[in-house]
Amino acid sequence: MSAAATKIIQPLPLNSTTTNRSPHKALFNPLKATPISSFPASTRKLRLTKPNSPHARRRSTSIFAVSDVVQEKKPTSNTFFPNLLITKEEGLELYEDMILGRSFEDMCAQMYYRGKMFGFVHLYNGQEAVSAGFIKLLKNEDCVVSTYRDHVHALSKGVPARAVMSELFGKTTGCCRGQGGSMHMFSKEHNVLGGFAFIGEGIPVATGAAFTSKYRREVLKEGDCDHVTLAFFGDGTCNNGQFFECLNMAALWKLPIVFVVENNLWAIGMSHLRATSDPEIWKKGPAFGIPGVHVDGMDVLKVREVAKEAITRARRGEGPTLVECETYRFRGHSLADPDELRDASEKAHYAARDPITALKKYMVENNLASEAELKVIEKKIDEVVEEAVEFADSSPLPGRSQLLENVFADPRGFGIGPDGKYRCEDPKFTEGTAHV
Amino acid sequence: MLGIVRRRIARGGVNASIVEQSLQKIRNQSLIYASRSYSSASKEMTVRDALNSALDEEMSADPKVFVMGEEVGEYQGAYKITKGLLDKYGPERVVDTPITEAGFAGIGVGAAYHGLRPVVEFMTFNFSMQAIDHIINSAAKSNYMSAGQISVPIVFRGPNGAAAGVGAQHSQCYAAWFGACPGLKVLAPYSSEDARGLLKAAIRDPDPVVFLENELLYGESFPVSAEVLDSSFCLPIGKAKIEREGKDVTITAFSKMVGYALKAAEILAKEGISAEVINLRSIRPLDRSTINASVRKTNRLVTVEEGFPQHGVGAEICASVVEESFEYLDAPVERIAGADVPMPYAANLERMAVPQIEDIVRAAKRACYRSVPLAATA
Repeated sequence: MSAAATKIIQPLPLNSTTTNRSPHKALFNPLKATPISSFPASTRKLRLTKPNSPHARRRSTSIFAVSDVVQEKKPTSNTFFPNLLITKEEGLELYEDMILGRSFEDMCAQMYYRGKMFGFVHLYNGQEAVSAGFIKLLKNEDCVVSTYRDHVHALSKGVPARAVMSELFGKTTGCCRGQGGSMHMFSKEHNVLGGFAFIGEGIPVATGAAFTSKYRREVLKEGDCDHVTLAFFGDGTCNNGQFFECLNMAALWKLPIVFVVENNLWAIGMSHLRATSDPEIWKKGPAFGIPGVHVDGMDVLKVREVAKEAITRARRGEGPTLVECETYRFRGHSLADPDELRDASEKAHYAARDPITALKKYMVENNLASEAELKVIEKKIDEVVEEAVEFADSSPLPGRSQLLENVFADPRGFGIGPDGKYRCEDPKFTEGTAHV
Repeated sequence: MLGIVRRRIARGGVNASIVEQSLQKIRNQSLIYASRSYSSASKEMTVRDALNSALDEEMSADPKVFVMGEEVGEYQGAYKITKGLLDKYGPERVVDTPITEAGFAGIGVGAAYHGLRPVVEFMTFNFSMQAIDHIINSAAKSNYMSAGQISVPIVFRGPNGAAAGVGAQHSQCYAAWFGACPGLKVLAPYSSEDARGLLKAAIRDPDPVVFLENELLYGESFPVSAEVLDSSFCLPIGKAKIEREGKDVTITAFSKMVGYALKAAEILAKEGISAEVINLRSIRPLDRSTINASVRKTNRLVTVEEGFPQHGVGAEICASVVEESFEYLDAPVERIAGADVPMPYAANLERMAVPQIEDIVRAAKRACYRSVPLAATA
């Protein structure tokens, strides 16, 4: 087992860190006879694993991504550069989103150490490729459900940076009026359904949102309802019962959901390998009849390709997909985590694979954008983040009366007061201490 | 005495769909006011039929309502509450789930986030402990955490409390646990009228409701008036009902214990003690004003519940009365609860572990004799 363990952490045996990424070059060893881990493109059928599949032997080799999708990709509509994966606009959009995520999180760290932010704050540095790669493909009506590491998911989905920053400062102008906090980002307008502190809690909620999409289409007869839900969660969650329960039900009812595992190899201080009997998470999909895919989560283009296929699959009604993104968080689990257990060499290895520098390199080398254009974006984002901080700083704290608001959608849930009328109709209701 | 008040449906700021608008019209047209009195209750209805008819009517009125749980479909319901619904509404609206409480409770919450109105059935509320993370953390707290953006119009229902001889893991009463959580509404019906009215109110309510039924009451029949049978009949959430008026001692109870309290009141009446029995109906929000008004009238209080005594519903009622009506109390509050043990299996032990009618009678007499001996009233 230890042999396999070291293999998994080590860099993939290819030149992904050095040269360009044009797809005509074979990036990975093509998977031989691998019905399960190969991503079913639209023409392929889903095949279920047999008990003595060659996968059993594969544990001793390194993890490889799905190369077939990348290789088979037809030329994009980019007439100048027919072999590239993205157009210039898409590239700039991805770059801007990742820079926003990174700058925002760095600013959060600064603000935390200055005392403006408090409590539990979990930063997303290093994992931006997953968020940008997936969420930028969604429509507004599609839903995102996340964990406590949700700032960047909310930002990618479209929640304004100033709303997220104010929420973190606990001000009343935040996206949840200061009542949620870092771990509970909700936005009905952008269909961000949270922000859950318990791992695994968001997965059934996401499955329910996907259930709603199907229900709307089939029972309420809103024929064009093809909303997809993305559930983001980590490697630790994949050992939790709710994960398996939802894989089962999503497959059973063919729900339009994509389960995105952000495998950053560490659950606080618990290494994924110490916690999991079979650390290859993508394999858990086929056990339920769902295609399982592993992808390099530090490469936004690969993530985007896989995401496109998974989301299209869900939209067509073909059911869920499990996507394992191998990624890494550059900072500790939270800002209170001293991060002593992780190896410096491991951190250095992944730092060299920073998704932002990789994308920058790709765009510059393929002449999609110049350094100057990218600098302009970085500067713009700096200003956005600074403005967000100023906005949050100058916003007011919630008023006293806000304490008792929003416990119920129907405030008569506070019951009947001594005068026989509903308590919430008493003008003094939210003034004093919580005497409900 | 019919203390039924039509409950106004709070529409809030939600955009009413066409269905809801027509639903509103139907409701407005069939408003019946409680001032009319009915000569006699002509029909009897079991609690099971009451719940079934309430579900049926709500599902036909609003296509967003769906039922989800174990055995609700083809088995016709573990306790036959959802009988006939599968045939009527199809498998997309009566969803049989695998045995995954945490999973399907969460799926229900996720669907409710998006505007559907799930009714999630737990085979008993003991199994809700597998899903309690979703009931509390993702349902109850969401409206608050999202500052009102996301409301959760979900109903968690199922039998609660002790049945007969089912042992420790199937007999706990969860009223106190759920009643402690802000963001939840907790209802405990007793009669068929309660069952119908409260379930309808719960399904129409935009907040998460925990609906605690009782397995032993399912088969009991109660008289129902024509008003109760009307399809827009709703009871207000947060209002207790005075089942029997009295002037010597107040007995509060919910669910099955209301029946016991009423029988105890009969026995007490023969001994010259006139007991006022309050059917709480709503554990959260607790109708403190009715309870306090009653205690101020009778000056003595006995609380009855089936669950464990520590931190129970009776403890909260006692605290509330002590805070608000201390000067009116002539005797310490008597608290009757289940025995402070996991429910035993043997029939005689089980009988000792659950309050019986004699316990209520004895407690009421103790409350009455504590101070100046009560002169027998004429």
